[in-house]
Amino acid sequence: MSLLTVRNLGKSFGGVAATDGLSLSVDRGEIHAIIGPNGAGKTTLIAQLSGTMLPDIGTVRFNGRDITRLSAHARARLGLTRSFQITSLVPGMTALENVALAAQVQEGHSFRFLRPVARIESLRTAALDQLYAVGLGTRAEQPVTALSHGEHRLVEMAVVLATGALLLLLDEPFAGLGSAESARMVAFLKTLKGTRTILLIEHDMNAVFALADRISVLVRGRIIATGGPDAIRASPAVRAAYLGGD
Amino acid sequence: MRRSDLLTLTLLALLAVLPPVFFCTGHPFYLDLATRLVILAIAATSLNLVLGYGGMVSFGHAAYIGIGAYAVGIPVYHDLWGGAAWLASTSGWVHLALAMGLSALFALGTGAISLRTRGVHFIMITMAFAQMVYYLFVSLGTYGGDDGLVIEHRSRLPGISLDNPLQLYGLCLAVLVATIVIVRTIMRSRFGQVIKGARGNEERMATLGYNTYAYRLTAFVIAGAIAGLSGFLMGNFTAFISPEMMAWTRSGELMFMVILGGTATTPGPLLGTLIFIVTEELLSHYTRHWQLPFGLMLIGVVLFMRGGLTGAFRRRE
Amino acid sequence: MDFALVFVQMLNGLQLGLLLFLVASGLTLVFGILDFVNLAHGSLYMLGAFVCASLTFLTGNFLIAIALALPVMAVIGWGIERVVVRQLYRRDHLDQVLGSFGLLLVFDVAVHLIWGPAGIAIPLPAWLDTHIGLAEDVVIPVYRLLIIGTGLAVAALLFWLVHHTRFGMLIRAGASDRTMAGALGIDITRLFTLVFALGAALAGLAGMLVAPITEASIGMGNSVIITAFVVIVVGGIGSMKGAFIGAMIIGLIDTLGRSFIDDGFRLIMGTAAAETAGPAVSAMLIYLLMAVILALRPQGLFPPSGR
Repeated sequence: MSLLTVRNLGKSFGGVAATDGLSLSVDRGEIHAIIGPNGAGKTTLIAQLSGTMLPDIGTVRFNGRDITRLSAHARARLGLTRSFQITSLVPGMTALENVALAAQVQEGHSFRFLRPVARIESLRTAALDQLYAVGLGTRAEQPVTALSHGEHRLVEMAVVLATGALLLLLDEPFAGLGSAESARMVAFLKTLKGTRTILLIEHDMNAVFALADRISVLVRGRIIATGGPDAIRASPAVRAAYLGGD
Repeated sequence: MRRSDLLTLTLLALLAVLPPVFFCTGHPFYLDLATRLVILAIAATSLNLVLGYGGMVSFGHAAYIGIGAYAVGIPVYHDLWGGAAWLASTSGWVHLALAMGLSALFALGTGAISLRTRGVHFIMITMAFAQMVYYLFVSLGTYGGDDGLVIEHRSRLPGISLDNPLQLYGLCLAVLVATIVIVRTIMRSRFGQVIKGARGNEERMATLGYNTYAYRLTAFVIAGAIAGLSGFLMGNFTAFISPEMMAWTRSGELMFMVILGGTATTPGPLLGTLIFIVTEELLSHYTRHWQLPFGLMLIGVVLFMRGGLTGAFRRRE
Repeated sequence: MDFALVFVQMLNGLQLGLLLFLVASGLTLVFGILDFVNLAHGSLYMLGAFVCASLTFLTGNFLIAIALALPVMAVIGWGIERVVVRQLYRRDHLDQVLGSFGLLLVFDVAVHLIWGPAGIAIPLPAWLDTHIGLAEDVVIPVYRLLIIGTGLAVAALLFWLVHHTRFGMLIRAGASDRTMAGALGIDITRLFTLVFALGAALAGLAGMLVAPITEASIGMGNSVIITAFVVIVVGGIGSMKGAFIGAMIIGLIDTLGRSFIDDGFRLIMGTAAAETAGPAVSAMLIYLLMAVILALRPQGLFPPSGR
């Protein structure tokens, strides 16, 4: 059964269509990857799914609700969150604080003014658990500015996971990673398989084919093919438009 | 103990001891200076909540001081001269409620509009709304318009006489301590984390599920109410109010105090206000044109001393 | 309502609007291209008035004084850009605001030291200091027409600049976009200095034009700058068209509000209440208008694209 259903999504800027009749469905528990050449409209798509940009036409349904017009924070509250391609942590905070801030949304509203966060065990524990899960438990107290790029990518994962979201939109989590770091990230994402639903938007083909249950190919703002890794690899349409293209 | 807290406590201890000693040894002038300093430090501390921690460059903070001061002056005026009986009062509680309530309302209304924008828009819009209040009071001839209004009676509060300079100073200092504690507590709470997070990375906060607008607006209203409280004290201290207190250049001075001491730090606003007031006082002994060296100093701080004085300390640690 | 009076007030509003446009257009150029928030822009307006006053007494002719004062203002702008402003381009807006606030304090004192604390009235030549009767009860000062004419001419010139020159392409791109400017083969450092000098001359011109009416005084810039902010916030920050339309709206609304709101209130409430409420509302009118427009369109009426 599908968790996210996108129908006929369209968005254009000054007459240029960035998303053009895009339809897509993501099933519960799967890792669904979206690949496509540069300029295919991946950034616009993820912005429309996460709610920082509203589509001109089309609908987005999530977990049985129409969320097409909902704001980003309302979508996140329903269990849909995203990671950022360019690491997007709060610079003045430690890794632990960044993750705790994400865990904090699970406790309801944050109009709580008195207790210092540093003394709230539940937040600390939840954040530490996620940091250990990504293998950064010992780096928890470091300011994020002191962490490496690879570590940033992992903290980013811990942040997204700590929200407890049902669906994770991962925006190129492999961008800028070396081969060892990539392997680490693949191994980590494999541990999530079956427990979380992931929409993975990624350039790194090795990672995509190692992880994805299904792959959709985005070309010029629309999905031209969806299928298992082998089907996609074999599809002549995909080869023409993308793999063999440019 | 953290160094910043130690610095805060030291400054507060100095303020608790020195001015009253000067007063009792026949130098009442220094108590006056310290009272003004403490009141402005309250306003600066509240400004730090939005400007420093929240990253909202609000350029209209002096308006709240004015609103708070007129919340004392106008009810007292009607108590003395009649008219608007529903407003006439000498009760400090009424003045306090008006000062904080109206400031909070003004913050809510203007914040609701200005917080939908960012950056330069936000700076200009907060400036414009503050200027609106300025012109409003200029236009109110009943309350002196441009010339201002003499407050004939200070607010009446149980157990304390605001006519007594020492008692007034004690009250101001107590309010300053409370303000510092409140802002420090808020910024360490879950709410504070959201405010800091929204400053550092707003889109991230939204995609985590935080309605940053609502949190920012709340911080904006809290800061407005506290600044209104400082206005209440200012009105009782000077016993005179005029629109000039809310000119936008006053808001600029408050911002300067926060920046000078170091934004987003606990002692920053107090330290900045202290240096500002003392420098202003020293310079005004030598020249009527103290603004000239002051302006140069401001340019110098911006160009060469980023992070303010506490920032400079921190780098050396 | 008295139509002659309405007509005269409309002309007054137009005049105020055009003066505001001169100030706002400089702000727009400086912000649009340099991405710099200049609080000291009002100081340039004030300096223009004082420089023009001195030159009027020196040369004995107001118009010659303006012609001489414009390059003086451009040179002052050039100097400020070189010494202070240039250091702040890559800083955040808070630093820019504070740095230019420091400049403003320095200028206020400098003017005080050079010209003294009192305001200076500028005498107009006789042919300007007269009136034209359009009808028996409609009398227009000639000088007012000069201001309106100058304002419109400068507006036309700026629109040509923005829409038909390479220089204007940068503004329309809505950017302090160094890479784009580089691609167009423009020497950024020189361009920025030039833009700032032009902005200074525009603000100075507004000050010069207004001085014969209000006289040159310290602090005149500090109130006009906020009104100019309201103008560009309403029009859409960074847009020249927005600055023009915003200036017209604010100029007309402010002038008409001040002249007719009192009467209007007297019709619907008691005279005593109207005497308090009238001035209060007309004092706040443009800010309330700004609030309404921003509530509907947070980016103003004509936000520049690409921002």
